[in-house]
Amino acid sequence: MLCQNCGKREAGTHIKRVVNGETSESHLCSECASALGYSDVFSGLGFGFKELLGGMFSESQAAQNQLAIAERCKKCGNSWHDIVRDGKVGCADCYRTFYDKLVPTLQRIHGRTHHNGKVSRIVTSEETKTPEQLKKEKIDSLKKQLDEAVSVQNFELAAKLRDEIKEIG
Amino acid sequence: MNKWYIEKGDQGDIVLSTRIRFARNLDAYAFPSKLDLAGKKAVNETVRDAVTRDNSGTFGYIEMNSLTRSQAVSLAERHLISPEFTTNRDGRALLLTQDESVSIMLCEEDHIRLQVMKSGLALNEAYDIANSIDNMIDAKLHYAFDERMGYLTQCPTNLGTAMRASVMLHLPALTALGRIPGISATVSKLGLVIRGAYGEGSSSKGSIYQLSNQITLGITEQAAIANLNAITMQIITQERAAQESLLKNPVQIDKIWRAMGILKSARLLSCDEFMELISLVRVGVAQNIFETQMEKVNELIVMMQPATVNASEGRELDPSERDSIRAAKVRETLLREKEDDEL
Repeated sequence: MLCQNCGKREAGTHIKRVVNGETSESHLCSECASALGYSDVFSGLGFGFKELLGGMFSESQAAQNQLAIAERCKKCGNSWHDIVRDGKVGCADCYRTFYDKLVPTLQRIHGRTHHNGKVSRIVTSEETKTPEQLKKEKIDSLKKQLDEAVSVQNFELAAKLRDEIKEIG
Repeated sequence: MNKWYIEKGDQGDIVLSTRIRFARNLDAYAFPSKLDLAGKKAVNETVRDAVTRDNSGTFGYIEMNSLTRSQAVSLAERHLISPEFTTNRDGRALLLTQDESVSIMLCEEDHIRLQVMKSGLALNEAYDIANSIDNMIDAKLHYAFDERMGYLTQCPTNLGTAMRASVMLHLPALTALGRIPGISATVSKLGLVIRGAYGEGSSSKGSIYQLSNQITLGITEQAAIANLNAITMQIITQERAAQESLLKNPVQIDKIWRAMGILKSARLLSCDEFMELISLVRVGVAQNIFETQMEKVNELIVMMQPATVNASEGRELDPSERDSIRAAKVRETLLREKEDDEL
């Protein structure tokens, strides 16, 4: 079988990825596999934990150089290159800044990419909500009141609530 | 008040203790490796004030560089802090309850490492306590959290629930039968890891191991705990069966009696020799060969560690002096037990 990336060399690397339960498979030659970052999980073996973990993050050298110039975390000043080198994330904002680049790493470490556990108060508190979230909540709450008003045949209140929903929406 | 590491809890013949640990960070500060001393101090004091405001007297606050090296290492020997926390103590602090069941490491790898310890197998109980303390802190401080990635941690291996649940297991028979590597390979496929008693890179002195969850992203806390609990119960069953079959061999019984004999009469005991012998004695206690209380054995295992002996003597001892003190304390403890410990 030929490599699915370059279509020239014989494929020697079989990659099976399970992202959020969806399986995809690809066959690559060793050069393409390395260029696409698939050999990196193993590249750190024989070195310390830091290098091994750094390896977990790494992408091709060219992509790394490009990113190092392009993007830095606004809070702590870390670049993606710094994170890869240290095997450590600098601050909470780094996770948000480099989210797209981190997803493959999270997949490699945990086999999954989406949190499914306890939720901190901060995501449910008013100050961190987006205007869209607040609007949706307001409408949901009014709709609930509208249903109640209809069920007790208070049509005057129902009409008022309906107008209010129309106004916001 | 007895400390948690002395009590004999549920499944106490095999399970020494249970630990739940949460990693948390404050959104406003960079992670510890990017903070200078002043930044770390600010984080430590912010968390201290939040924790102690409504719980004054419950938690003591210890700046790590105020301790001697032995005092610090002794905390790690009692599993109240990580060994790593003793290496560079500047800018690090500890909140600790009087009964030592709840400890909060400040500016370890993450701003907050909250851990709750219980004796025996008690994952749900420990989780409930950790969860309520976490909620209390969450109500006062702004955690670094993201809906997609969960609790944000310095190392992405902890991301998500940022929870490590672990149980400390005494597995002498499975060790003697050479079954640990097989168990290790099996549990790793189930998202768990088995290591030496002091975690990453530590040896398993006295056949004591730590079994914990490895995956933290995409799995709920409850599922991780249920998984760990189920596997722990299976390992307990295997260890008990292995102990029973080993004890059909008179040579093994003899080994256990000899271990007790040496511990009751030795004048010098190194930590390694002590751990090897007390491990055998512990099997004897678990299998009712001796009437010695399990609590005494658990207490010795903790109190005879090198830095803990130093700390209780209040000075740095040279190894031979320490071996002599250890032997004397072990003799005193085991001889104080009733002499009629034969079945």
